[in-house]
Amino acid sequence: MSGTMDQLLRDAAPQVLGAVIRRYHDFAAAEDAVQEALLAAAVQWPREGQPENPRAWLIQVAGRRMTDHVRSQVARRRREEAAAMEAELLAPPVDAERNVDEDDTLVLLFMCCHPSLTTASAIALTLRAVGGLATAEIASAFLVPESTMAQRISRAKTTIKSSGVPFRLPDAEERAQRLRAVLHVLYLIFNEGYVASGGEKLQRIELSSEAVRLARAVHKLLPDNGEVAGLLALMLLTDSRRAARSGPDGELIPLDKQDRVLWDRAEIAEGTELLKAALSKGSVGSYQLQAAIAAVHAEADRVEDTDWPQILALYELLKRMSDNPMVTLNHAIATAMVRGPAAGLDLLRPLDSDARLAGHHRLAAVRAHLLEMAGDREGAVQQFQLAAERTTSLPERNYLLMQAARLR
Amino acid sequence: MKYILMMNNMTLGPAYAGVTGWQPRDVEAHIAYLKGLTNELRESGELVSTEGLSLPDEARLVRAGKDGAPITDGVFPESKEFLAGYWIVDVENAGRAYAIGARASAAPGPGGEPLNMAIEVRRVVSDS
Repeated sequence: MSGTMDQLLRDAAPQVLGAVIRRYHDFAAAEDAVQEALLAAAVQWPREGQPENPRAWLIQVAGRRMTDHVRSQVARRRREEAAAMEAELLAPPVDAERNVDEDDTLVLLFMCCHPSLTTASAIALTLRAVGGLATAEIASAFLVPESTMAQRISRAKTTIKSSGVPFRLPDAEERAQRLRAVLHVLYLIFNEGYVASGGEKLQRIELSSEAVRLARAVHKLLPDNGEVAGLLALMLLTDSRRAARSGPDGELIPLDKQDRVLWDRAEIAEGTELLKAALSKGSVGSYQLQAAIAAVHAEADRVEDTDWPQILALYELLKRMSDNPMVTLNHAIATAMVRGPAAGLDLLRPLDSDARLAGHHRLAAVRAHLLEMAGDREGAVQQFQLAAERTTSLPERNYLLMQAARLR
Repeated sequence: MKYILMMNNMTLGPAYAGVTGWQPRDVEAHIAYLKGLTNELRESGELVSTEGLSLPDEARLVRAGKDGAPITDGVFPESKEFLAGYWIVDVENAGRAYAIGARASAAPGPGGEPLNMAIEVRRVVSDS
């Protein structure tokens, strides 16, 4: 299948699904029917040519599957076929597309990121129902067997069904909170893809590109929401370093050692523009602040040109906004860069008693770097080793062991 | 998060070591219990893989000699600890992995009594 057709199908997926759910009121079955329609398109279109109205074609094929489904259900219950006929008769014509199609993407996202689901289930369901990805693709992205992922998705759909979530946008007061959950899921999908961008995994779908695509869709629907713009900007600015952040053998290259020529200027420009527009509208949120920090890094052509005082000021704002130990950790690094390693190390101390971070490799790794800055080689070696023992990422472990070896 | 749950079954003492001497219905109950657990993990969408290993009667330690050819050592029928099988699961948090470990630990032994064998739970590192 060509890249553009794949893109077209995946872009259409949530809108087709929305239309089918509206007609048949059965999310789980509609989701399966749309997957089948996407598959049918992928097989038929290259052979027979793309239909004039691809979306209508998909809705029609999915609708036929739904009718079959309803019929078999009815048969199983030993009832008349009347209900299936009725479903068909009551169905509005295919081309009666309203402007709600685009909102459907959002309704679906709210549904897939429902609080009754575990994070892993929400991610899987979002990628399938909104991203239009096949179960096998999602499974390979998360390195689990296809049957495991299929089961996870099917359970998520059952959970949604039994929670009785209606297929419509949540109330205004609930919406802000639910949108946060959606943005969080997109952020996690992005991160999953970002850490897993090893060279030998080219055949794996690019989760970070998928997250960017979905964030773009949400931004298009809610152009005035600063946090949506902030998240999209953060993803683009982070993704811009992709080519520079690992070496030929997948080894980790930290920000200060990266070849900045490899940074993607187009992504930096787009992210920066988005961020500027969002910031000018007031009400600054945490994604915008994180994007702003990434933008400051992106501005520096050489690591020594980094505007650390500005980064420090942004982390201070971010720290006031959220009680997140990861923010404290990064705040400590910025502090060390501006006020010296001793000031940074002071800020790390309270984290030792923070249960969320106490045993985390990042704490030890940051402490190691700051100790090295302070000239305490022995202490740095010890902390690099500790961090290497604690991380669950092999490239990261190799990097940390190298650092310990370098100082020994 | 992926975890491996290893049934290092001999840390439980002599009871299990004598599995070959169990009553058939006890062996059956034991196998059915662990199969049931595996099926549950499959249905919950958490199972990544699982394998059982043959009994260590034919286990050898292998080292490369100077020319790279294998030098084998063993068998060690007296070993108290050996890996009998494992599950790799993809779960929400460590607590869930421990809960699954406890389920495996409580597999029934002779007379249907839970063995409460030790299950070693380790996080799997990712190559990314």
